[in-house]
Amino acid sequence: MSFYAAVIHPFVEYGFMRRALIACVALGIGSGPIGVLLMLRRMSLVGDAMSHAVLPGAAIGFLIAGGLSLPAMGLGGIVAGLIVALLSGLVSRTTVLKEDASFASFYLASLALGVLVVSLRGSNIDLLHVLFGTILAIDATALYFVGAITSFTVVTLAIVYRPLVVECFDPGFLRSVRGGGAIYHVLFLFLVVLNLVASFQALGTLMAVGLMMLPASVAQLWARTLPVMMLIAAGVAAVSGLLGLIISYHFGLASGPTIILVAAAAYCLSLLFCPSGAVRRLFPARI
Amino acid sequence: MRQGAVRLNDVSITYDRLLAVQGITGSFEPGSLTAIAGPNGAGKSTLLKAVMGELSLSSGSIERGTSKGSRFGYLPQAAEIDRHFPLSVADTVMLGMWGRTGAFGGVSREAARKGRDALQSVGLEGLERRHIGTLSAGQFQRVLFARLLLQDAEIIMLDEPFTAIDAGTTRDLLAIVKRWNGAGRTVIAVLHDFDQIRAHFPQTLLMARRPISWGSTETALTPENLLRARTMAENLHGHPPGEGFAA
Ligand SMILES: Nc1ncnc2c1ncn2[C@@H]1O[C@H](COP(=O)(O)OP(=O)(O)OP(=O)(O)O)[C@@H](O)[C@H]1O
Ligand SMILES: [Mg+2]
Repeated sequence: MSFYAAVIHPFVEYGFMRRALIACVALGIGSGPIGVLLMLRRMSLVGDAMSHAVLPGAAIGFLIAGGLSLPAMGLGGIVAGLIVALLSGLVSRTTVLKEDASFASFYLASLALGVLVVSLRGSNIDLLHVLFGTILAIDATALYFVGAITSFTVVTLAIVYRPLVVECFDPGFLRSVRGGGAIYHVLFLFLVVLNLVASFQALGTLMAVGLMMLPASVAQLWARTLPVMMLIAAGVAAVSGLLGLIISYHFGLASGPTIILVAAAAYCLSLLFCPSGAVRRLFPARI
Repeated sequence: MRQGAVRLNDVSITYDRLLAVQGITGSFEPGSLTAIAGPNGAGKSTLLKAVMGELSLSSGSIERGTSKGSRFGYLPQAAEIDRHFPLSVADTVMLGMWGRTGAFGGVSREAARKGRDALQSVGLEGLERRHIGTLSAGQFQRVLFARLLLQDAEIIMLDEPFTAIDAGTTRDLLAIVKRWNGAGRTVIAVLHDFDQIRAHFPQTLLMARRPISWGSTETALTPENLLRARTMAENLHGHPPGEGFAA
């Protein structure tokens, strides 16, 4: 199979592949930097919990709209995600329960609730779509939705970059200069939820967080400064989207898991070849 | 003389049900140089955070006098900052200009020059572009001092600034502390080294959850008071405070 047939042809031939590609690249540009910040805040698990929390909201949107409707499901997901974000903040502040335990309980409950709600009305196919995503469903509306979220994310990150970074690095300092840490924390959680919701149509609710965390882990292995980390994460996420789409197209695989597996492969390769990786340790440079 | 002492009236602070600081009364006078001493777990860091307004009091009150935004500068205990965060030395120091740049403002040429001056006064010129994770503990402490220099705060609170820092760096940083104090700023430092306190700090608050003594260092650090601190320390560690043993 020629390069053209393998890589270019699917996109020339099919509109849904072009839309999927644009969606994936946009998702990567938003999710990558968000993932880096999540990781630096040691909130990977929070991202996980939120991605599950989005599910019941999306499912209720699904019920109300009577089918796979991105605006309805997206709105439901955003509302549900925000509720869980605020609740878990409250729980970890007011009880002795360890943070990860309270998040684990939250997302197990959310997952069960979401699956239950979808199965009330929808078919098993619908359930699969919600859980694992489907590139076929990405229409023009979905594309605008994803594009809007990515644009909003990038612009917001650019504006609140400094306070967000400081709140992450040294929250005590931000409080000591009356910088208002809590607002930025909430804004950041809002961005996380938005990006998870944007991802779930292409990747499914279960996989959406993968597009945040895996590219971020790759970036952390290669870069030492935050801006470079964010660029690498966005790049890895976008390229994983492209390669994942191509592979899933040729082999008839589900797109979400394939994209995440490509990102996971990038992570494994990075573990081997990054500056502090296994290969450099075993074979020190001879120069 | 600046007005506005920080006055503590019968301050108590609890974490959940754990009583960390109990019944502290006294004041940090404007322009004073005070050491806070006491065993581990005595509530020293807790007290500093409460003075900054970061923790709420369970009883009592703290008067902070005129309260402008940038009045307090705070150096956290080393373990509280994540040094592996991907920031450069220059970026970290420039955070001290927050009072002028705020969350969104740009960094002027003038501000950048001040940043370089600050780095120079802590002896780190030329390291601007280094990543903070690659610094030694002492170099990182110097970076945090440079940030405090830029902050231009009236009241400067240092939580164990010289722990795990070598003699040379300690000397340099102590000189900065003295310069702050000479310029009329109030400096409060948590320290464990009594010789250092006697040599450089005129005022001392000795505490072990409850106050033991607060006043001039000579009268505060008498052998009897130190002995009391040690006995109370055994209570701190041996039994959860607040359960029995309230003498
Ligand atoms: N965030 C927290 N939550 C619950 N308890 C805390 C918290 N921080 C401190 N404590 C408890 O409060 C008491 C006082 O702690 P603090 O950190 O103020 O002591 P310290 O005097 O600074 O000790 P050290 O010399 O070890 O730094 C200790 O018993 C500690 O276990
Ligand atoms: Mg302490």
